Amino acid sequence: MKIRLIDIAHGRSGDKGDTANVGLIARKKEYYPLIEQLVTAEKVKRHFKGIVEGGVERFELPNLWAVNFLLHEALGGGGTKSLKNDAQGKTLAAALLRMEIDVPDGTKIE
Amino acid sequence: MANHVRIASGQGFWGDLQTAPFDQVNKGPIDYIMMDFLAEVTMSIMQKQKKRNPDHGYARDVVPLIEHILPLCMEKNVKIITNGGGANPEGCRNAVFEWARKKGFKGLKIGTVLGDDILDKIDTFVKSGITLNNMDTGESIGVVRERLQSANVYFGAWPIVEALDQGAHIVITGRTTDTGLTLAPMIHEFGWKKDEWDKLAAGTIAGHILECGGQASGGNFSASWRSVPDLAHIGFPIAEAYSSGEIIITKHEQSGGLVSMQTVKEQLLYEIGDPSDYITPDCVADFTSIQLEEVGKDRVRMYNVKGRPATDSYKVSMSYLDGYTAVGTLTFSWPDALEKAKAADEILRTRLNDHGRGFEEIRSEYMGYNSCHGPLAEANGELNEVVLRIGVRAHDHKSVESFAQELAPLILTGPPGVTGFAGGRPKAREVIAYWPALLHKGAVTPKVIVEEI
Repeated sequence: MKIRLIDIAHGRSGDKGDTANVGLIARKKEYYPLIEQLVTAEKVKRHFKGIVEGGVERFELPNLWAVNFLLHEALGGGGTKSLKNDAQGKTLAAALLRMEIDVPDGTKIE
Repeated sequence: MANHVRIASGQGFWGDLQTAPFDQVNKGPIDYIMMDFLAEVTMSIMQKQKKRNPDHGYARDVVPLIEHILPLCMEKNVKIITNGGGANPEGCRNAVFEWARKKGFKGLKIGTVLGDDILDKIDTFVKSGITLNNMDTGESIGVVRERLQSANVYFGAWPIVEALDQGAHIVITGRTTDTGLTLAPMIHEFGWKKDEWDKLAAGTIAGHILECGGQASGGNFSASWRSVPDLAHIGFPIAEAYSSGEIIITKHEQSGGLVSMQTVKEQLLYEIGDPSDYITPDCVADFTSIQLEEVGKDRVRMYNVKGRPATDSYKVSMSYLDGYTAVGTLTFSWPDALEKAKAADEILRTRLNDHGRGFEEIRSEYMGYNSCHGPLAEANGELNEVVLRIGVRAHDHKSVESFAQELAPLILTGPPGVTGFAGGRPKAREVIAYWPALLHKGAVTPKVIVEEI
């Protein structure tokens, strides 16, 4: 069963130089394992093809039902160097929430 | 010793909601108000202002904001802590004192924290073997030495604590960590020790929650933005800190916005790296230890926070000039809005190429279509209109200027139906690049001055 991350998660993103961070938070505790298993750094790197030039790192915060991604070389140089409208990566959390994941059939999603 | 203390966020950045500080002091009980003004590039702008006029170089908003809240702060015994002193905390203090004298304030004490500005000491440091290499790339400082605009150490909470211990009603700092502004009053009130790492980490994380103002209390809230009441009158967050290190994040009852597990979590995840290793001059905080619990309407309790010893280095933030950019926009209407915008982009690039100018980068984005999500954007039918946003970056000013001249001609010499060029030619702006480094804590000493009128 295919769902979009926006069905089970919310998030916020920001910048540190040319690196963006995206915090992805499960809307319910029972959704966290889905995120932990299915939203890997490799999958996020593929999702952001054409946007993220560098590597993607993932850190887990199960206490907050959340994972944090660092997207390196994602902001066109970052800071005042960047020519991007979204030079601070403010909308990258929403871009991640577009991602489709394949969850087991019958998974209850509200 | 106080059992708890209420610290309110008043500004999350230079240019934030101007009504927020007064509302925080006026609408309910607080003991401290903290106001964060400094982003990474701010210090270089302030250095430039100070060079032009030695009385300037601080966030100009600070003085009117303090003037607005100070009478009520003195009445209610609310203390003000801000890093808006920027490149000139003493200039900022003098401006506040000047106004306060005119108004007849007596017994007002202002503390300033100085010593973070190391621009004049760089050569001495380098000679004595301190490298100041770029901590991200490893490059030597020599690469940018001649182009440096500012160099500041991030101090933490302790110099502010010293000013509060000396009775300051207002503390004005230069480059201090955002989190230190919130942690300092807790240390001052509860007498926390320099090695009580868990408590220092709790106060630091409370600071992280407060440092972006309304972003913790319903602003920029992605989980369910429609559910946030009365954003027009958003109440900025308040940290109600207990001597044990427990913190309740809340806001004034008579205000809009929302404080929930979800609003707090979103802010906790904002602009962090490795969550188990959140490094400040005061401690290393572990975000993976945080426990949250909703304990009432707009009240979230944070407990179980773990911290580790501070490192032996300060972070140094330096800025240097790195060429120029200019960005301009043109609006294209139906029919064929996107197609025409792309054609105009091609024409412009051809003309720039004909001039033989070299650019490091030319970037075209189509606002209304893909300027946020790039290749992830989905084309949903025909666009009614689209804005071509085109930017260039080059090391020489002339190239950037030539781009600025080529934009407007497209209105009459490109595809039809172009508008939205009321702002005139795009302006070439200096690129202020950022050079992060580490400096051993022994190399600099913060200087705290408390003066009274």
